[in-house]
Amino acid sequence: MAQFHTLYNAVIVRGPDEAGIELPPGDFARVGTPLQVKLLGLIGELQVLPTYLGATGIMSLICGFIAFEIIGLNMWASEDWNFLRFIKMLPFLSLEPPPAKYGLDIFPPLQEGGWWLMAGFFLTVSLILWCVRMYRRAKAIGMGTHIAWCFASAIWLYLVLGFIRPLLMGCWCEAVPFGVISHLNWTATFSVRYGNLFYDPFHMLSIVFLYGSTMLFCMHAGTILAVARFGGERETHEIVDRGTSTERGALFWRWTMGFNATFESIHRWIFWFATLTTLCGGIGILLSGTVVDNWYLWGVKHGIAPEYPQVHQIPNAPPPEVVRNMQLKGPPPARLPEVPATLTPNAPAPGPAMSGINQ
Amino acid sequence: MAKLSYESKYRVRGGTLIGGDLFDFWVGPFYVGFFGVTSLIFSVLGTALIIYGAAIGPTWALFRISIDPPPISYGLAFAPLKEGGLWQLITICALGAFVSWALRQVEICRKLGMGLHVPFGFSAAIFAYFSLVVIRPVLMGAWGYGFPYGIMSHLDWVSNVGYQYLHFHYNPAHMLAVSFFFTTTFALGLHGGEILAAANPGKGEPVKYGEHESVYFRDTIAYSIGELGIHRLGYFLALNAGIWSAICMIISGPFWTRGWPYWWSWYLNIPVWSHL
Repeated sequence: MAQFHTLYNAVIVRGPDEAGIELPPGDFARVGTPLQVKLLGLIGELQVLPTYLGATGIMSLICGFIAFEIIGLNMWASEDWNFLRFIKMLPFLSLEPPPAKYGLDIFPPLQEGGWWLMAGFFLTVSLILWCVRMYRRAKAIGMGTHIAWCFASAIWLYLVLGFIRPLLMGCWCEAVPFGVISHLNWTATFSVRYGNLFYDPFHMLSIVFLYGSTMLFCMHAGTILAVARFGGERETHEIVDRGTSTERGALFWRWTMGFNATFESIHRWIFWFATLTTLCGGIGILLSGTVVDNWYLWGVKHGIAPEYPQVHQIPNAPPPEVVRNMQLKGPPPARLPEVPATLTPNAPAPGPAMSGINQ
Repeated sequence: MAKLSYESKYRVRGGTLIGGDLFDFWVGPFYVGFFGVTSLIFSVLGTALIIYGAAIGPTWALFRISIDPPPISYGLAFAPLKEGGLWQLITICALGAFVSWALRQVEICRKLGMGLHVPFGFSAAIFAYFSLVVIRPVLMGAWGYGFPYGIMSHLDWVSNVGYQYLHFHYNPAHMLAVSFFFTTTFALGLHGGEILAAANPGKGEPVKYGEHESVYFRDTIAYSIGELGIHRLGYFLALNAGIWSAICMIISGPFWTRGWPYWWSWYLNIPVWSHL
């Protein structure tokens, strides 16, 4: 296999296919005939397959497929099974959680969030089974289980958004809808509802780790590519037995910023940056509405945000052109409807692209 | 203390871009070089100006200190120090320091016989900063469109500029940038976890290498991009995150002045389905 080729070796090496490490007794056999894809070989390895389809993997795929179908068919149904309309509106279609009146009822009517609950259940099962699979596959070939734990951190954020926080708030209606634009609207509305998530310290940390991850990947990948001419991409070899690529990579950072990681410790840095992104994000979401009602006021209280003066003369109704845009059809009403005491985060932010939906 | 056991044999002369042997030396672990000197000057001056700005400002509370750009009325002219002139000088210092730092990395790469991937990647980040404080303000016609230098104030700026376009999530370049940030972090988690898993397989297990790493991903997701490939992919993803962030800001204002949701009208009006 073309395992050790570098930027400086333009020839794609086509070797014999790898069958894979012997699996422990009790495991299934791998499936799939290896194929070599030249396009992939331009960037990485050529070989695709064989792969392992264990019990958890198959169940995960089935559950994921069920969730995908529930969401997709609901969206298609919402367009009266008109296929072209379905494709047209796909970015804007949404499967919404149950409305507030159903609270934590686990059997609301199908059309009013029942399908959402089912899709959420199957997607959750699918993700957790996939995480178990990542764990078991690592064990099967005698590797550490780090990736499964990193994945678990992402599942934590997903569970906070769709399960734990709604549970604490006492309503499924608090959860995120399934949909492209609808989940973006939910995110924006959530932030506004809790006084701007930028003042949420765990949101700050999550963003720091997200941007930090991107910076670290650029630094790390850049370093490895820059020493690939010395075989630096063979990282575990370099961890065990330091070569000149490790020495040069380390000295590059030492001379640049006075400090360097090692080939092993840089992977601890990046593992934790990636893991903490979703870990902190989950904490930040979990605290919103349950512990803190308004992050801006929280920031003022703790001295990190300036107190802005009260603005008078805010119009008690939006300007007419805004009202027109908010209206899906017909002229603006004489009087705006009362704003409910608690806005649901599922209310889509008004926007012309949304208004196209029912036209 | 300053030198690693193997460091001496790499400390050779040469590789400089400017200044020949003049600044070709080390201080402690740091390489100096011509651009080390300019980095130092720009960063010390810039930091001093920030501290001065804080001193004449209303607060010493760390999160609330802010150095604001000039009011829009100054257009693209120089402003008095206390009315955004500081911000202009600090911006010059920041850009000077960032570019010096990148060029210093180039010199170090040349000294070590490495490729220039790190400084090239860093220049994508510098480009993102440059587009926020120079390209977009110049296109908009006033330095006042740059972002303020402060922990909370720059967040407020991000928030306010986002809502000026109604709903920034609808900005297609912003969508791409966010997707690249998430994908980079996702790939980073997989890569970091993979190498740690190979090097730390648990008690009694021998350390694993490339063959096992490839098998792990082929077993789980049918394809392993390989040891070199993952770094090419990660580098590509990380750079795109920065570049699309820059693009999503450059187009907001200079090239699109309405709310971003309006932009999608073209999509709804594609002839194939505009009648639906």
